[in-house]
Amino acid sequence: MYDASLGTGANARSYLTGLSLALVLTAIPFSLVYYKPVATNVMLLVIAVAAITQIVIHLKYFLHLSFNGTPRESLLALCFAAILILIMVGGSLWIMFDLHYRMGPLEHRPASNH
Amino acid sequence: MTDAIVFALLFATYVVMSRGTAGGLTGRELFSVPRTFGETLVLLFSSATFGFATLAARACDREATVLLLLLTFILGASFVSMEIHEFHGMIAMGAGPDRSGFLSAFFTLVGTHGLHVTVGLVCILVLIGQLLYKGLNEAVGSRLFRLSLFWHFLDIVWIGIFSVVYLPGAL
Repeated sequence: MYDASLGTGANARSYLTGLSLALVLTAIPFSLVYYKPVATNVMLLVIAVAAITQIVIHLKYFLHLSFNGTPRESLLALCFAAILILIMVGGSLWIMFDLHYRMGPLEHRPASNH
Repeated sequence: MTDAIVFALLFATYVVMSRGTAGGLTGRELFSVPRTFGETLVLLFSSATFGFATLAARACDREATVLLLLLTFILGASFVSMEIHEFHGMIAMGAGPDRSGFLSAFFTLVGTHGLHVTVGLVCILVLIGQLLYKGLNEAVGSRLFRLSLFWHFLDIVWIGIFSVVYLPGAL
């Protein structure tokens, strides 16, 4: 058999817990958008919160990531990827929206740049 | 990790482009909440069945592993066919990737995800073949474990897709 230390903490209960939590966190934003009972801003906030929670649920119950069971190198690699993503995505959005702002209608342009 | 960066940048591209509809159809007219919900459920259940397949492999139960992988394959294949059907309908409505910046970014992001799922499906088939012919040895078990990481990762990317693309687009 293969190395049992890979994916420690995996058992049927963790997958079932993860599945049911993910189902609830999927049903909430979809039903909100389908029935539209509240304002758009509130719905966007609920969608964002449900998505982040569900990603954490997936990492914990499906990928069995935790701060004491996962090897240090894997966590470091994950942090490194997160930093790269932050720099590249944050930087791209910053530049593109700044560009969008500067290229927008005349009255929106900053006075010092013309 | 590199895949995570690829998808993160495609998400950034989509967010930048999402308002550039060039007078064409917008997400509100194109996205169907029930259809996306169906795709989400299928992919979520396939993630769970893959999890149970790795559990069966750890319990050295080859038949159960193969059956659960087959179930995962069927669920994954129905996800891909739903997505192809959706893309086909959009292109037939004149909302193909060449229509606007928004649609180019949409097809690139969602299409890349669909392509990854398709590659995962091929890998599942190869793994089923290896389980049948080579048995559940250490190398096959390790491949199964790594493919499960890939599959769960794709489900996480899908959470991002429906939360960034479909749900805000349908509002």
